[in-house]
This record gives sequence, C-alpha cells and structure tokens, in this order.
Amino acid sequence: MTNASIVPAVIHEVPLQYYVFFATALFCIGVTGVLIRRNAIIIFMCIELMLNAVNILLTAFAAYRADPNGQIFVFFIMAVAAAEVAVGLGIIVMIYRNFQNTDVNLLNRLKG
Amino acid sequence: MQETVLPGATAPFSTLLYLLIPGLPFLGFLVNGLLNKRLSGTVAGALGTLTVLGSFLLSVFLFVNFKYQYTVSLFDWISVGSLQIPFSYQIDQLSLLMLLLITGVGTLIHLYSIGYMHHDENVGKFFSFLNLFVFSMLILVLGANFVILFIGWEGVGLCSYLLIGFWNKHTSYNNAAKKAFIINRVGDLGFLLGIFLIYLTFNSVQYGEVFQKAHLSQFGNYGVGVCTAITLLLFVGAMGKSAQLPLYTWLPDAMAGPTPVSALIHAATMVTAGIYLVLRANVLFTLAPQTLEVVGIIGLATALFAATIGLAQNDIKKVLAYSTVSQLGYMFLALGVMGYTSSFFHVLTHAFFKALLFLGAGSVIHAMSNEQDMRRMGGLRKALPITFLTMLIGCLAISGIPPFAGFFSKDEILSHVYEHSKVMWAIGVFTSFLTAFYMFRLLFLTFFGEFRGTEEQRHHLHESPASMTLPLIVLAILSAVGGFMGAPMFVGKHYLADYLAPIFTYSRQILPAAFTTEPEHSTELMLMGISVLVAVVGIVLAYVQYVARAQRPAEDDAQRSAPESLIYHKYYIDELYDSLIVKPVMALSTGLYKFVENGIIDPIANGVGRVTLAGGQLLRNVQTGSVETYLILMVLGIVLILGLNFGRL
Repeated sequence: MTNASIVPAVIHEVPLQYYVFFATALFCIGVTGVLIRRNAIIIFMCIELMLNAVNILLTAFAAYRADPNGQIFVFFIMAVAAAEVAVGLGIIVMIYRNFQNTDVNLLNRLKG
Repeated sequence: MQETVLPGATAPFSTLLYLLIPGLPFLGFLVNGLLNKRLSGTVAGALGTLTVLGSFLLSVFLFVNFKYQYTVSLFDWISVGSLQIPFSYQIDQLSLLMLLLITGVGTLIHLYSIGYMHHDENVGKFFSFLNLFVFSMLILVLGANFVILFIGWEGVGLCSYLLIGFWNKHTSYNNAAKKAFIINRVGDLGFLLGIFLIYLTFNSVQYGEVFQKAHLSQFGNYGVGVCTAITLLLFVGAMGKSAQLPLYTWLPDAMAGPTPVSALIHAATMVTAGIYLVLRANVLFTLAPQTLEVVGIIGLATALFAATIGLAQNDIKKVLAYSTVSQLGYMFLALGVMGYTSSFFHVLTHAFFKALLFLGAGSVIHAMSNEQDMRRMGGLRKALPITFLTMLIGCLAISGIPPFAGFFSKDEILSHVYEHSKVMWAIGVFTSFLTAFYMFRLLFLTFFGEFRGTEEQRHHLHESPASMTLPLIVLAILSAVGGFMGAPMFVGKHYLADYLAPIFTYSRQILPAAFTTEPEHSTELMLMGISVLVAVVGIVLAYVQYVARAQRPAEDDAQRSAPESLIYHKYYIDELYDSLIVKPVMALSTGLYKFVENGIIDPIANGVGRVTLAGGQLLRNVQTGSVETYLILMVLGIVLILGLNFGRL
C-alpha cells in the first residue's frame, strides 16, 4: 500500500503543481520586496511572505505524501518566526526612536 | 715512589672527599649568589673564605696521604657511540700541587678580600664570583680528560669576564672584561680544535689512554706529524689563557677589576692554566720538538717584550700585569727547552710573590683612596710598614736575589736555557735585568722619596686591617723560603723535581737526555753569579734614578723621544689590533647594517606589511554598511550556489 493510496481523494482536487507555482510566486514577491523596499517594517513583512511560501510548500508536500513530518516542521518554523518577529520588531522600534524613521538606507554606520 | 701511571687504580678515599674539594667553593658560590643581598658583607666574606679553606684542608689531607697516581670515576658523563667520556678526576703529583696552590693562595686572597672589599656594596656577589673562579680552576686541574679540562678552562674564562667587569660603572671596565673574554675565545678555538684532533687521532680524550698511546707512537693513520699539529693547537689555547704574544693584551686591561681578582688571576688560577696544560700534555710536546721550539721562542719574546713595556708604565697594577706576562714568558721558555720541572717551580714561586705583590699593591691603593698612579705616591714606607716590608720581599723574590724564592726557579730556568742556546740565555738574562729594574722602580716610586699625593690622601693614609696584612705576611714568608723546595745546592735535594718525576715518566723514556744532563758545578755557579749580578745592577740603577736623583716619570702629555714613546704606548699593539681587526670588523658590520639590513631585509619586512594594508583598504570598500547591498549580494550568492548545484545535476 503506497502513501498516495491513504491520501483522501479531496486533496487531489488541486494539483500539486499549483501549490508549487503559488509558493514560488509568493517567495519571489517576498524576495523582491526585501530587495527593493526601504522601510524596515515592510522588509520584515516580505520576509514573512518568504517564510510562508516555504510553509505552504511543506504543508502541500506533507499532505500529498501523507507524511506528518512536514507539518511538524511548519509548526517549528512558525514558532521560530514568531520569536524572531518579536526581537526584530523590538529592534525596529528602537531604530525608530533614535532616527524617527525606519529607512534601512540610513543605517550604514557599520561601513568599512 | 711509584713511577708508573696507574689510570686503573682505585681511589683510596670515599667519593665524597673528591666531590667536596671543588664542591665547597661551588657551595659558597651558590649560597653567596642566591642570598646575595641578604647576607652581610662579613658573613659573605667569611663563607667565601671558609669554603676555600675547607678545600685547602681536604687537599692537604689528599697530599699527605698520597701514595700512587689514580683516577676517580664519578659518573659516566658522555657516552655516544665510540665516544666515552667519563666524569673522572686525575689525582697525581701535578694536580695535587696545583690543588694546594689554588686553594692555598686562593684562601689568602679570599681572606684579603674581606678587608679590601669591605666598603663595596656588592660583597656577596664578589665572593660568589670569586668562589666560582676557584671552583672552575679546581675542575680544570682535577679533570682526568681534556674535555673536563676544557670545562674548567671555559669556567675560568667566564669568571674572569665577570670579575674584571665587576665594577661595571665605566664602559672602559666592561670593555676590558669583553676584551679578556674575546681574546681568550681566540685561544679557546685553538684548544678546542686540538681536543678534536686528539680524539680523531687517539680515539679517546682520557689522559691515561692518550698519553700511553702517544708514548707507544700509536698515531693511527696520521703519523707523528699530527702530534705537532695537536701540540700547536693546544699551545694556541695556552697562549690565550696565559697571555703570550700575540694574545696577551687582555691581561694588562684586566686590571680594571678589583685588585684581589688581579691577584687571583695572576697568581693562582687563570694564567697558570696554560702552563698546566702543557705540563699535563708533556708527552705530546716531547714528541713534537718543533712545537717546543715555537713555545720557547714565543715565551722568550713575550718575556722580553712585556718587560720592556713594564719599564714605562706608571699605573702600579699595570707594571705588575706586564711583569706577569713577562714571567709567564719565562715559564713557557722553560717549557720550550724541556725544563718542565723548572717551569712548574716558577709557577709555584711566582704564585707566591705575584700574589704578594698584587695584594701589596692593593693595600697601597686601599691606603691611597683608589689612587693607582705611582706618580702621585711616594714616601709610603712609614705609613704602611708591613706593606712595605712584604712588598720589598716580593720585589727581591721576583728580581732573583738569593735566597728568595724567585731566584731559584728563575736560575733553574736560565740554566736550562743555557744548555739549549746561549743566545736565548743572554736575552733571558737581559729580561731578568729589566725585571729587577722595573720592579724596584715600582718599589722606589711608591715607598721612597716625598709624598706626592693630595693633602686629603695624606691624612687618609693608614696601614691596612689585619685581614689584609695577614695574607701579605704569609705570602711574604712563602716568597722568602719557597725556593728551597727546589734548591739542590743548599739542601742537597731537589724536592720538587723528585716529587714531580712520575709526571714525566713517558717523556723521560722518549728523550732521556733532556732529563739527565746537569750543568757542571762551575758553570752553574757562574750562571748564578751572572744572574744575581745582573739583578743587583738593575736594582742599583733603579735606586740611582728614582731615589738618589729622585726622578719622577714624565706626565702623559710630556715630550718623549721616539723609542721612549714607543715603549710608553706599549708598542702601539692595541692600536695595531684596533686598526687590523677591530676597525675592519666594525666597518663590515656597519656595511652589512647599511646595505643588507636597511637595503634588503627591511624593505621585505615592510613590504609585506604594506601589501596587506593596501589589500585591506581595497576590500573595505565592499563594506558599504547599506543593508540593501548586503541583501543583494546575499541573494546573488544564493542564486549562484543554486545555479552551480543545478549545473551539477
């Protein structure tokens, strides 16, 4: 008995390729956002987009292959991302207090 | 008396006894050295003196109980392949007499130093070096092979360096110390090469084996000629240590050290090492007549040369220093004509009167508040009666006036030389005349006439304390009667020659003639008469010039005739060495510094630094500090890695 045989038929209603295309699009939007935006908060949100693109892929593959490990990973990623956001936002708040701005181009004090 | 050498005979006493003889001074060195500042001067001095006295008493014990020659094996020291060098002592007539001399005279000098160094701030350091000096010298004479001899040899070199530069307040003192060290190094190189050659030839450095093989003419593949090479190399070493031409210039400079050190170097330790070496290796030298000829000629030249310089010196210690060089020349002259015993006889008597003279000079310097120039002395006879009387005995002894010690030894040397060559004898006698003249010049300038020092010095004049006069008196007695150990015509027996005979067993077998011929009685009397006459003439001349006419040596800047000036400036030998050796070496090192150091090595070192720095400057442009750049680079990097991985697939 293969893994595919125990996957509910409803899952196959949407083909796996669609998830892959969607996740790739989402990831590219995230990358582009990170690269071209200057506002630190928006960069942050774009990073979340990239993370979630990965999460979607993991979930989709896990579902198609009837393997719960992938979904466990997703939970871990969400927990870590949440913690990261807490720290990252804290830093951004401090930056705003000092510069009255969150433009990352202002933050070049560490140049060589 | 046992005639043969018994290298295998076992030592009759516990090993501890043999360890203690050099061990005690070494202990003194350690304690005084480690507790340098914590011991008071008196304690340090007492410790230093008592340890040497202890060695002396042990040596006397060995001497009294001595029956036959033997070696004491202490431990296996170096054992590599066929090279076996045990750490062992040689106990025989020669080493025993040297032990007595070193520790006996050494004790007196230590005792004297307590008084002399009383005011110095580093008494502990001084006594620790002095003890180390005695220790090294004892190792030198006790060793049963050439390597141990070399350890002691280097040890005394080191100690002379430490002690000559003891008052390291002036650069000139340090330079004198360095000079002694470096010139000795030249000699040591010869000695070391000699040891290598000995090992190569005889496959051993142990005295017993080497001499036995040499005696049986087992020179391996090399032939007898190698013996000449060995002895010449050994003699180069001896030339350095015993201050012979042309390696003598360090000895007069060594006067920079405290006076007891001069006495120790000149009388009991360092400079006798060269004579000891030749005596020890007498078999080899007997087998190499060419070397002996060289030894004799260099000895005679040194004796005459140094004596002429001694005529014009005004520093009381410098006169004595040149007289030592001259007397050492006599000893080598005696060795050169195979008068081995008479050479050693002169070592012993010279040790007595030279130690006496130096300590006497020290006593004068002490009284004169560190004045050493005889032109500023005079009339000290009344203020320093004991010093004067003892110095007088010393001067009589060194001048060769009977019955003082120097007369017998010098006369014996001269009679040996007379047998060998009349010309050399005549030069020797002339040297003896010069000796008498300059020694009494010293005595008259110092103790007779008017006092020429400052008022302050006049008030300060005092006889030295008992710790200083006692050694003077003992040495004066020895200088007065010491000659009788080798005075056949008075006591009917040459004790020293009889006692030392076993040392020269092999030499005698090789060349019996050199040991049996005795000059005819009438010839001997005539030779004696001539040398006494010559000495008396020297003394009288000195008296006429410096007492009757009350002449004073000219000041440094006075006009001098050409020969006078030549002698006064010591034949410009120092200047010659300076321009021949010192200056070229200095020029070479300056050149190397300028062209190699500054021109090649420095640019390389700095260049490496500059390249790194420039690379850093270039790379720091990448660090823009802008988040965007970093992110773009990061993404590009990821894409690159992914692209490469896709390519692999």
